[in-house]
Amino acid sequence: MPSRNTQEWRDTTLAKSLARAKERQPAFESTSGMPVEPLYAGEALNGWNEQEQLGYPGEFPYTRGVQPTMYRGRFWTMRQYAGFADAEESNRRYRYLLEQGQTGLSVAFDLPTQIGYDSDAEVSEGEVGKVGVAIDSLADMETLFNSIPLEQVTTSMTINATASVLLAMYVAVAKKQGADLAKIGGTIQNDILKEYIARGTYIFPPHPSMRLITDVFAWCKDHLPSWNTISISGYHMREAGCTAPQEVAFTLADAIAYTEGALKAGLNVDEFGPRLSFFFACHNNFLEEVAKFRAARRLWARIMRDRFGAKDPRSQMLRFHTQTGGATLTAQQPDNNIVRTTLQALAAVLGGTQSLHTNSKDEALALPSEHAVQIALRTQQVIAYESGVADTIDPLAGSYYVEKMTDDIEQRAMALIEKIDALGGAMNAIEQGFQQREIQEAAYRLQMSIESKERTIVGVNRFQTEEPPHEGLLRVDTSVGDKQKARLAKLRAERDAAEVTRLLGRLEAVARGEENTMPVLIECVENYITIGEICNVLRKVWGEQKEFAVY
Amino acid sequence: MTTEQRTIRVLIAKPGLDGHDRGAKVVARALRDAGMEVIYTGIRQTPQMIAEAALQEDVDVVGLSILSGAHGELFPRVVEELGKRGISPEDVLLFGGGIIPEDDVPALKAAGFKAIFGPGTSTQDIVAYVRDNVGERV
Repeated sequence: MPSRNTQEWRDTTLAKSLARAKERQPAFESTSGMPVEPLYAGEALNGWNEQEQLGYPGEFPYTRGVQPTMYRGRFWTMRQYAGFADAEESNRRYRYLLEQGQTGLSVAFDLPTQIGYDSDAEVSEGEVGKVGVAIDSLADMETLFNSIPLEQVTTSMTINATASVLLAMYVAVAKKQGADLAKIGGTIQNDILKEYIARGTYIFPPHPSMRLITDVFAWCKDHLPSWNTISISGYHMREAGCTAPQEVAFTLADAIAYTEGALKAGLNVDEFGPRLSFFFACHNNFLEEVAKFRAARRLWARIMRDRFGAKDPRSQMLRFHTQTGGATLTAQQPDNNIVRTTLQALAAVLGGTQSLHTNSKDEALALPSEHAVQIALRTQQVIAYESGVADTIDPLAGSYYVEKMTDDIEQRAMALIEKIDALGGAMNAIEQGFQQREIQEAAYRLQMSIESKERTIVGVNRFQTEEPPHEGLLRVDTSVGDKQKARLAKLRAERDAAEVTRLLGRLEAVARGEENTMPVLIECVENYITIGEICNVLRKVWGEQKEFAVY
Repeated sequence: MTTEQRTIRVLIAKPGLDGHDRGAKVVARALRDAGMEVIYTGIRQTPQMIAEAALQEDVDVVGLSILSGAHGELFPRVVEELGKRGISPEDVLLFGGGIIPEDDVPALKAAGFKAIFGPGTSTQDIVAYVRDNVGERV
């Protein structure tokens, strides 16, 4: 007799089988700790309303995707995060990537640039050009985009505390190229809250940091209408150790804080809402990750409509970039990372990402070599052109398991957002160390489960092999720091010193007052005032933020 | 050997501008769970700040974590600053971790770092390493 429902099947067919041989582990749970049943069938979705939970692509609540055509219109943007050494070297890598068929640029800046120090500052010693390209002034930015027409590419810049300065430089380069600013597209990360929580490149205290962000929102609305003014990021919190539902919750809680900040600054939700964009990680638990993206989309649509009264559908659409999980890469048997990255990239595509960065196999060892980057880009191209998954929209919809998981992640994330609301919102929760503690706990639990072998990482705690030393790793030329120092010395000698002094005085006045900071920042960079000089003025006026909670 | 052993005191520090603190925090917690007293500095510490903390906290062990690639410059500078405060690599057990290419390890060892732990290292191996190699305190 065939079973009539899942319970009956469990009690009869499954029970008989389990009496003979047990399952391979006592209980199953997802990477994020959500229970996983042996089977999902129709009952998993009792009371589930397809119209309400899924809708249609390009329609509220956007579970199935933000565009009506999704990848049948065009593929996601293949956008490899790159940048190292100086602007000349990075410009070469960008042009190489564009020649290889990459469709958008993504700029990695070195830490001094991210934290507002010039290459010749004492704290920059040893850091210049290491994790990204060193940019001190507009001169470097001009070199970085040399022979790349900014009207024809979109550029994503991973820059936060100094986002408005780098945006000012980008605008200045575009103007010099004679570009129409209405056609200039791209993204700045500009997400300071997750810097306080996990990534660490903050400079200023919350209040002036929030002002810089909303100034960008307001300025772009009138002058750079196609620009994504913020990329609200879960990526770094996930990389720091949090779970998938936490990633969704902490990211959307930050997004709520930015929205409230902009409303408080007098903007209308539908003026800036359409330009908000998001950034998530994609880790190894394939179906959980697909569900995560779908849940995030639905939850944000509901928050924007119901909590903030957004009317413009574009304000309700969660558009996002995905990067495969750097923390999932292993230094052991690095070739296996190609397989991990493939799974993660596929999950991101099945989750409906708008753009994607695939990590290179050697990134647990060093910055990626050109060959490794090429394999990573080819991985995306194989998924796009050969796998067929991009030919129909949201193909996993209706899977009992995926839909149940999507619902569960949404509920868990919502509960966490409510908790953060109760703590006074994302910023207050950060000051109390809430997100930081949650992330740290989850990271430690995961590490312990790997060490106890409860969780297997292939090549790390099982299936190990003796390995020869790794070869062909990229090394950043250590003379970059000296080169940048020499360039700075020359620049400072050649500038109009009186104009520099006047503009820095003007910047200080604006910082003390309330007018929008973007126009004066553009004027400063156009006159080759350096990022360090600008940030030193702002540090003087606004002070510096120390790490919120250290355990 | 005395029966009354002094608790091992460890400083875990993040030199430079790098904000990747997951590894440092996990290692700090594992050492703490193993019964050691651990002081974690937080991110963005200069070599001077780290050496000063090592001195003030009178630690037996200093562990540095860095993922930005600046280890070649910053690790030796921490040793130099410790030296200025009368602490030599013979007095404290120095170890490091992070994204550190194998080719760079000999130079760091020559500078006084006894061990460099890469990604995938078990915290239990680090605990055991510290226990086995920490110097006798007088």
